[in-house]
Amino acid sequence: MIRFLLRRTVSTLLVLLAMSAVIYVVFFAAPHDPAVLVCGKGCDGARLAVVRHKLGTDLPVWEQYWQFLHGLVAGRSFDSGTDVTRCAAPCLGYSFQTDQPVLQMVTQRIPVDFSLTVGAMVLWLLLGVGTGLLSALRRGRFAERALTALTLAGMSTPVFLIGLMLVMLFCASLQWMPFPSYTAFTDDPAQWAANLVLPWFSLALIISAAYARMTRSSLLETLAEDHIRTNRAYGLSERRIVFGHALRGALVPVVTMLAIDVGQILGGAMLTESVFGFDGLGRLLVNSVNQIDLPVVVGVTLFAGFFIVIANAAADVLYALADPRVSVA
Amino acid sequence: MSETSTVPRSPDVDPRPPGRHQVWQRLRADRAALAALVAVALLVLIAAAAPLICALEGQNATTFHNSLIDSATGGVPIGPFGGASGAHWLGVEPGTGRDVLARLVTGAQVSLAVSLGATAVQITLGVVIGLAAGLGSRAVDTVLSRAMDLVIAFPSLVFAVALMAVVPGGFPRPLLLMLVIGVLGWGQTARIVRGQVFGLRGLDYVAAARLTGARRARVARREILPALAGPVITYGVLQLPANVTQEAGLSFLGVGVRPPTPSWGQMLASATDWFQADPSYVLLPATLLFVTVLAFTVLGESVRTALDPRAKSRLRAGLDRRRGKRNPEEAEA
Repeated sequence: MIRFLLRRTVSTLLVLLAMSAVIYVVFFAAPHDPAVLVCGKGCDGARLAVVRHKLGTDLPVWEQYWQFLHGLVAGRSFDSGTDVTRCAAPCLGYSFQTDQPVLQMVTQRIPVDFSLTVGAMVLWLLLGVGTGLLSALRRGRFAERALTALTLAGMSTPVFLIGLMLVMLFCASLQWMPFPSYTAFTDDPAQWAANLVLPWFSLALIISAAYARMTRSSLLETLAEDHIRTNRAYGLSERRIVFGHALRGALVPVVTMLAIDVGQILGGAMLTESVFGFDGLGRLLVNSVNQIDLPVVVGVTLFAGFFIVIANAAADVLYALADPRVSVA
Repeated sequence: MSETSTVPRSPDVDPRPPGRHQVWQRLRADRAALAALVAVALLVLIAAAAPLICALEGQNATTFHNSLIDSATGGVPIGPFGGASGAHWLGVEPGTGRDVLARLVTGAQVSLAVSLGATAVQITLGVVIGLAAGLGSRAVDTVLSRAMDLVIAFPSLVFAVALMAVVPGGFPRPLLLMLVIGVLGWGQTARIVRGQVFGLRGLDYVAAARLTGARRARVARREILPALAGPVITYGVLQLPANVTQEAGLSFLGVGVRPPTPSWGQMLASATDWFQADPSYVLLPATLLFVTVLAFTVLGESVRTALDPRAKSRLRAGLDRRRGKRNPEEAEA
């Protein structure tokens, strides 16, 4: 187990390193000069040079990247020409556009994605596992075919599409609720939940389709196994067989799927955030990419990658814990 | 003389997919598949005939019609159903007055071309890299497998957004979308191909081909590649709807195709401001996008079932995915 965790940590670090390096190279190769954007209109050559120096984009790409890594591990200093700013250890630098510390910008947005993920997860588990269970137990009947069709439709709907439809139906046509805008949980929990209902449902309706499929096929496969046949021979009721014996084994792949999905959404749900106008990590990324705000892009990507890689590792651990036949070593 | 016909295959493991005739028969018996096939054929027809449709209507996708929108309300089309009329069959775009039908059919071209092209890039990269990993030396396999892990672990939408933004504006956007979606999405195909190659490598007919002195490239081309067709086609068709969605998503976020080139995702993004005033402008691209993705998904499922008689027991695709990830590590240990 310890060996596994160690190996996983090393590979996590390598993936994150590779991701940040790719971003640096990609943005360095880009024809846009962030300094021009920052400097604004009526910018002359001398001022541009000063801005370039301040942003650090006058250095070769490997040196910029090295400074970034150094800042991440040991902090770094920024020399704006007139004064020196010290940025302490996990330093992601400062935004080219707003001069805010990137770490702060990112951590400010995390609650939005966290709120999105938590509520949506509960919903999609209920919907997905419930649907899967029902269609596995009603195999061959009308209910199963209807649910299969619904599942296929759910898998085929882009998340921004269902978000748009929900907003159009409930906010524009029926006017049952106002257009969502994010309220912090600590400010007003009721408002928080009310504003998140539509985003939660749009994520959950889409994602639950995959869970329904997985639960159904996994349960059917488990029900065909020998130990279930033995249980049947003992005369256990179907309910006890399914809920007492089969479901646990059948949900193993669902748990690993869950870990991965949670990791992805925590790292920014770009489309959902855009539909509902929530300022989470995803929107931050889209905006900073459009403004060539390199430190912010790298910061958000690292966080997104971090969540995903951690979730993958968690999925493997959960898989091993839930299924004694699998060993992580 | 072809080697495949003289070398007897192992009787219990036949890696060949069902014959073409059989696949077609199975697809024909599947009503959902037929409906999906008809929908896909219609879409392809619409995309191919887009210039013709525009000419027939007498409109194009880029001309502004200021007289057809109400400037007092900020540009809501005049008349019911988004300003539909004899000249503009599906109405005009709010804010600009551009013809909706022309934009929809031109958007179909973009959507289909990008998703098909991206799938082709994914399959080509996946097959070549998967073959190299499966047939190459252990060092090659290790390096390529790590590359696959990396590509699969990369948050692809995040990277697609980043890549789309930094490439110069002069580069043709649809081509760029194709390449970006393709280059970020070959990992899974490569992993599947590599796994298949590992299985095929040990079969008698491949060993026999090797014993006759065939070189590795020849074995790859003549013996391995034909047997890969089934799984690769299956995975490719299942990738298609995902690529349609990704193109629409990137354009929705404003980093896909650039105006004035229309795209469904872009239309949906601009439609968010017109929910109340012009619902038909939201519903038209939304329906088209949904039908396209659904048709490709149903078709993919049917092709999978048709190509693989054991498909029913293999529905745990996700679990297989995780197992596929595990197996190479066991093989190395």
